[in-house]
Amino acid sequence: MSENVTSQDKNVTASPDNAAAPAPKPKRPQPKSMIMLGEQTKTLFENARLAKECGEKVGWSASIFPQEIAETLGLNILYPENHAAGIAARHQADPFLQECEGPLGYSNDMCAYAKVNLAYASVLNGESSVTLPDGGKMVKPDFLLLTNNICNQLTKWYENLARQMNIPIFFIDTCYNPSDYVTETRVRYVRAQIDQLIVDLCSFTGKTWDEARFKQVMNISQRNSSLWERANDLMEYKPAPLSGFELFNYMSCMVCNRGKESSTAILQQLNDEIEEHIKNGTSTFPVEEQYRVSWDGIACWPYLSHNLRTLKKYGINMVASSYGKAWAIEYEDLDGMARAYCFASTNGDNATTMIARRMEALKKFDCEGTIYHVNRSCKVMDCQMMEVQRQISAKTGIPFTSFDGDQADYRNYSEAQFETRIQGLVEVMKQNKEARANG
Amino acid sequence: MYTFGIDIGSTSSKAVILKDGVELTAHVVVPLGTGTVGPRHARERVFEISGLKPEDIRYTIVTGYGRMNCDYADNQISELSCHARGIHYLLPTVNTIIDIGGQDAKALQISDSGQLLAFQMNDKCAAGTGRFLDVMARVLNVDINELGPLSEKAEHPVSISNTCTVFAESEVISQLSSNIPIEDIAAGIHNSVAKRVAGMALRLGRASTVAMSGGVALNVGVVHAMEREMGCPVLVHPLCQSAGAIGAAILAWEKFTSGEGQLK
Repeated sequence: MSENVTSQDKNVTASPDNAAAPAPKPKRPQPKSMIMLGEQTKTLFENARLAKECGEKVGWSASIFPQEIAETLGLNILYPENHAAGIAARHQADPFLQECEGPLGYSNDMCAYAKVNLAYASVLNGESSVTLPDGGKMVKPDFLLLTNNICNQLTKWYENLARQMNIPIFFIDTCYNPSDYVTETRVRYVRAQIDQLIVDLCSFTGKTWDEARFKQVMNISQRNSSLWERANDLMEYKPAPLSGFELFNYMSCMVCNRGKESSTAILQQLNDEIEEHIKNGTSTFPVEEQYRVSWDGIACWPYLSHNLRTLKKYGINMVASSYGKAWAIEYEDLDGMARAYCFASTNGDNATTMIARRMEALKKFDCEGTIYHVNRSCKVMDCQMMEVQRQISAKTGIPFTSFDGDQADYRNYSEAQFETRIQGLVEVMKQNKEARANG
Repeated sequence: MYTFGIDIGSTSSKAVILKDGVELTAHVVVPLGTGTVGPRHARERVFEISGLKPEDIRYTIVTGYGRMNCDYADNQISELSCHARGIHYLLPTVNTIIDIGGQDAKALQISDSGQLLAFQMNDKCAAGTGRFLDVMARVLNVDINELGPLSEKAEHPVSISNTCTVFAESEVISQLSSNIPIEDIAAGIHNSVAKRVAGMALRLGRASTVAMSGGVALNVGVVHAMEREMGCPVLVHPLCQSAGAIGAAILAWEKFTSGEGQLK
């Protein structure tokens, strides 16, 4: 979930390991939806800065937290995971990783989003002197919003932020869900926490909960979720209308702005652009789409452009992703919200549910292979990934490969090894294609 | 009709000339890999042995870690498919291949016709690769070719538990300083490699006929350790180190005879 860093932007700044890279190619014109997205991101940070200057309280939030609560209260919220992904994608993570593992004393084994953010927070707190590449647009928070549905490490990461900056955490325990369904007792447990959180947040920020405003925000949020899902679903066309990685750029609409009308405008524009491509039989994927694959796991942000270049070289378009779809959550009211967050995301799903969703996507998008990102930052995802690979491969016969990387730590990736694995996958997919053609 | 296959690895270069896709005309292994004079020497030497000239070759395929830096090949193919075809040529009954190369280890599942069906590769680091063994041989002060026979004399193999090459090196040094017999340490090193790579191979499912490919297959200690870990015999062909280059030459013949376009 990057703060709309395009694959073109990623070539602009040389990373420490590709300092001798050739000059970047001229940029192709950005589609209108991307320009709108850039404006939205700029506004998000600018509004937070202005609010802070006016003495209003500004928060930081986990990525799968019900954004509509803060939106209803008119609070300005920023997203550390999203921000860290942007830093990593722009090849600016190194000083933060060094600061976190060095003077701050954190373990190298931690999530790299956490490492980047803890070091950034330390600078905001006056305890570190790393130069902030964005001038500190991620303003210092007054409170934290947290759920434990996407990642257990977030709880300790936020606990440390809270202690470091002496600020409160507003937390919803969404429970691990071992079943394929959500029980009403769990829904009541989460709902009770949401109710209390709203009371506490109002008390802390001085804001007032307005039920009519909440309904309005929920309508917007529902519309955005539906538009996001539709944009993802339109990738089923052949050729797929977009280069699959481009959808990652729009995730900030759902992560940071899902209750905002500006997201509706962007996602509607995106859908229009996609439909135009479908109508014209065109695609933003720059070469012939020879193979369609699904992507499993978080994007490898520091090497997204290398991933894309390599896939493009072999005519592979990533048309389905479990990552982006995680934000297509449907709910209409606070009970629905409680129920939905019992079932989203990585920490809340059991393996059966995950495998079923992936198999459905492989079929729907007619994927010929899967690429699994074994992400050093995310132990929970790695834990399930091997079994997911084994079961899906056995049930569908669809080949796969996995590669080692990281969502934000550039030190955990080998370009040569990535290409060898992709080439091997292509060779198997090619044989399968020829076998199907020959009956 | 002659085709040429060259496998430019990270630590060695292997070149093969094949006649009509079946007859092995000449083969060479040079213990220097990509970025050195190894690939050039391997090519020159294999032409010298065969008595052929480069213009006698109708199609060339390059594989291996250095495959992207070869300017004379007609096509490049991953070492995964090349080892699959090469081992199928040498040992036609095999359906699982374990290839331990200089910097990576792979387990391949192949069809009855030698086509690659699925694969697993090592993750994160050099543990379980040829480079790991090179480092350990240096610490033990023995020639890499002696490591295998040495380990066969072990009576009480030690346990090398670290998967990190650098930490495993420290572990070996610690064993040496405790006066553990060098044979027992060598066997422990081989068991460590075999455990790691067999674990990867078993992710592909229980194998029926297994072979090892690549230079490490010449290490009898690793092969025996692998047999213990896999729970089945592991076949090794004397030309196992050239399997990737042989596969490249076979695929070159197939591409040329099928009229498939040249994709440099």
